[in-house]
Amino acid sequence: MSAPAFNRREFTAGLGAIVVAFSLDPKLARGQERLPGSLQTNRRLDGWIRINADGTAIIFTGKVELGQGILTALAQIAAEELDLPLSRIKMISGDTGQTPNEGQTAGSQSIENSGTALRMAAAEVRAILVDLAAKRLGLAADQLTVADGAIAAPDGRKVGYGDLNPDLDREASAKASPKPPAAHKIVGKSISRLDIPAKVTGGAAFVQDMRLPGMLHGRVVRPPRYGSKLDSVDEAAAKAMPGVVAVVRDGSFLGVVAEREEQAINARAALLKSAKWTLGPELPDPARLFDVIKSLPSKDATIGVKEGAAPANARTFEAVYTKPYMAHASIGPSCAVAEFKDGKMTVWTHSQGVFPLRAELAKALKMQIAALRCVHVEGSGCYGHNGADDVAVDAALLARALPGRPVRLQWMRDDEFGWEPYGPAMVMRAKAALGGDGKIADWDYEVWSNTHSTRPQSTDGTNVLAAWYLAEPQKMGPPTSPPQPAGGGDRNAIPLYDFPRQRVIHHFVQDMPIRVSALRTLGAYANVFALESFMDELAAAAGVDPIAFRLAHLNDPRARAVIEAVAKKARWAAGEKGDGTRGRGIGFAKYKNLACYVAVVAEVEVDRGSGMVRVPHAVAAVDAGLIINPDGLTSQIEGGIVQSVSWTLKEQVRFDQSGILTRDWASYPILTMPEVPKVEVELINRPNERPLGAGEGSQGPAVAAVANAFASATGKRIRDLPLNPARVKAALT
Amino acid sequence: MAINLKVNGVSRSVPAEPDTPLLYVLRNDLELNGAKFGCGLAQCGACTVLIDGKAMRSCVTPVGAVTTSEITTIEGLGSLDKPHALQQAFIAEQAAQCGYCINGMIMSAKELLDRNPRPSEPDVRAALAGNLCRCGTHNRIIRAVLRAAQANGRT
Repeated sequence: MSAPAFNRREFTAGLGAIVVAFSLDPKLARGQERLPGSLQTNRRLDGWIRINADGTAIIFTGKVELGQGILTALAQIAAEELDLPLSRIKMISGDTGQTPNEGQTAGSQSIENSGTALRMAAAEVRAILVDLAAKRLGLAADQLTVADGAIAAPDGRKVGYGDLNPDLDREASAKASPKPPAAHKIVGKSISRLDIPAKVTGGAAFVQDMRLPGMLHGRVVRPPRYGSKLDSVDEAAAKAMPGVVAVVRDGSFLGVVAEREEQAINARAALLKSAKWTLGPELPDPARLFDVIKSLPSKDATIGVKEGAAPANARTFEAVYTKPYMAHASIGPSCAVAEFKDGKMTVWTHSQGVFPLRAELAKALKMQIAALRCVHVEGSGCYGHNGADDVAVDAALLARALPGRPVRLQWMRDDEFGWEPYGPAMVMRAKAALGGDGKIADWDYEVWSNTHSTRPQSTDGTNVLAAWYLAEPQKMGPPTSPPQPAGGGDRNAIPLYDFPRQRVIHHFVQDMPIRVSALRTLGAYANVFALESFMDELAAAAGVDPIAFRLAHLNDPRARAVIEAVAKKARWAAGEKGDGTRGRGIGFAKYKNLACYVAVVAEVEVDRGSGMVRVPHAVAAVDAGLIINPDGLTSQIEGGIVQSVSWTLKEQVRFDQSGILTRDWASYPILTMPEVPKVEVELINRPNERPLGAGEGSQGPAVAAVANAFASATGKRIRDLPLNPARVKAALT
Repeated sequence: MAINLKVNGVSRSVPAEPDTPLLYVLRNDLELNGAKFGCGLAQCGACTVLIDGKAMRSCVTPVGAVTTSEITTIEGLGSLDKPHALQQAFIAEQAAQCGYCINGMIMSAKELLDRNPRPSEPDVRAALAGNLCRCGTHNRIIRAVLRAAQANGRT
């Protein structure tokens, strides 16, 4: 590769630089102790918790609800440690004007970061309240009992939290001990989600449902393909249409605002028709896509090296796997409401990171951070970096043209499919040597991938769509990739298995012919697909049952436990084989090699005539450490498996050299109700282990289980995703 | 011009052109949040409402075509205080992640239960085949519809 190679030391050096930068932060004076979770970067107690005079508590978190149930889980944690009933907890989340800055709500880290901060902060606030009550009652703190937001003396006297007016304007010490798991009354319970009742009764649950006084409706007009320039457009004709208030053009950014939503949509159609563009560069030829990806300049890092002895007399194997571009494909196109008033811009957004978005808005609008406020309001599920941030900037650009009038902008379906940043296409090449003992003696793996994050603030440049098309265009900075162990394109590329000798190369491809960013699991979905498919191929070559083969290479007891649990629950029969049309397979991963352990057994049915693959049934076993909300965890795992089956059987972004062809649900089909597998989930609770994020734990194991089940059913291996009818028919003839 | 509509049993007049999709009138003029914009192409089902008892896609239904119809939205089924059996069942089964598709799921299920009070699981799956869900909540949605059918059977 032409670009200079990265190595592990350089990555580590980069990490050191980040630590130095933190310690130079004026708020983090020298000698400060490291605090757990997000307390480290948001150290004031009253930044997290406020106790009101009516005995209720307000909990602030920088993490936001994406439909994953996080606000319910965080409320459980706070209520547990505060000894307050959930009904007296109010959550405020993701508001640059009010809450801690916890970056992005991504990577299954909210329970680990925000949850840990809240657990420690709430335990400390409870201790402060008990001390205050002890003084008030003239007793020692250890003579008091606490329940339901009241502190009681042995003689029956009681003080409510609301009477104590604690001074929380102080730095957290993180010295108060949280409750032992055995004492938990709210954590560990399947508490009903706080947001569901409004969502099933037509309540105002989403940013799409916002209706401000005087609000106008906006739409944007995007070019035919990336990098195109707007030469001309008949603005006058659009302005003359009914209800149109403004046509907003800045270079090649074009939008329209109207009194009524349908009027904005009609004007957008007229503008689309009259706009003349100089087209940007052609896209790659899809037939050559994976060769193109491998030929682009890359930064190469060798990771996960184990220097065992080179095997003698080993049989060698090699296989190449691919994954196409995939869309987030949110059911609701992205939406934002923006209001520019008295020189200040407020944006209501379903962004995963209101603080990073605010920084991008400041750049794109050339405004001061202090004049910008971003407030999170739920949107349709995003599954990563979809159009949420881009539409927020679009809305702000339109609102800036109409001071005092809030503008609501929802992308049309083709805006979302055509312009969202996709999960990158990837190539994985695996090689291994199988020793005479039937075990893997050498492992050699390479992955080629673009970055998996072009999120706001992920690079030095401006990372929002509209900014690239302004009259003074702003540019994205060079792409970055998170270092191991979490990784980006190389997430889960290092096997958890105990091979004596291994080498993994991450070819971090720099050029992005198609817009990409974070899609749920980043590279883990593709890497686990390749790694676990190859494990099955090697097991077959060794003549060993795939579950026994995995266990023979795996010492981690928690990993073994989920594999053994799923085998038992699925009644796996050692050496079981498919019958030509039906079969089962297994997939396993420890997400990011540092989060939850998930093993999945999936069953497939193959219609050899039509090439259709169905997954009627999947079984999973999960270890996510201490479980906060069992039903919430189950729901995340179930949903992850179903989404992964959809990705695996159906999904790929269609394009040709003229542009993106995926524009609607007909050109991007997803799994439908009759096709969805039944899913059973077994949870392994580990009350003494820290809680681990699980929103992205099951997708990798699920794709591998399906691919392995197909191979078991038919005796043929498909190494290119998705497993669509054309590929299946080609494999079976 | 003004268009007259009957929504959730109440006659309403809205200042819309007859070719305006019903969805925008429901959401913006009548301030009913339930029906959602998903695609505007009748492909995803998020905008589903009942028109004379039939589950229809309000994103492609011109408001001028339904002036003599009974239009029912999810707000017409029940409320937070008095939820419909389907709404209760969706809460009981925790049958939503992001919840954006759920309006359509419940309205399509309502039509199903009205014509087939005791559906089988395959019946439910078939009735909801045109409603897309991206979070993977399908199995809970199916359970919720079957639970609502059972609850109806008891009353």
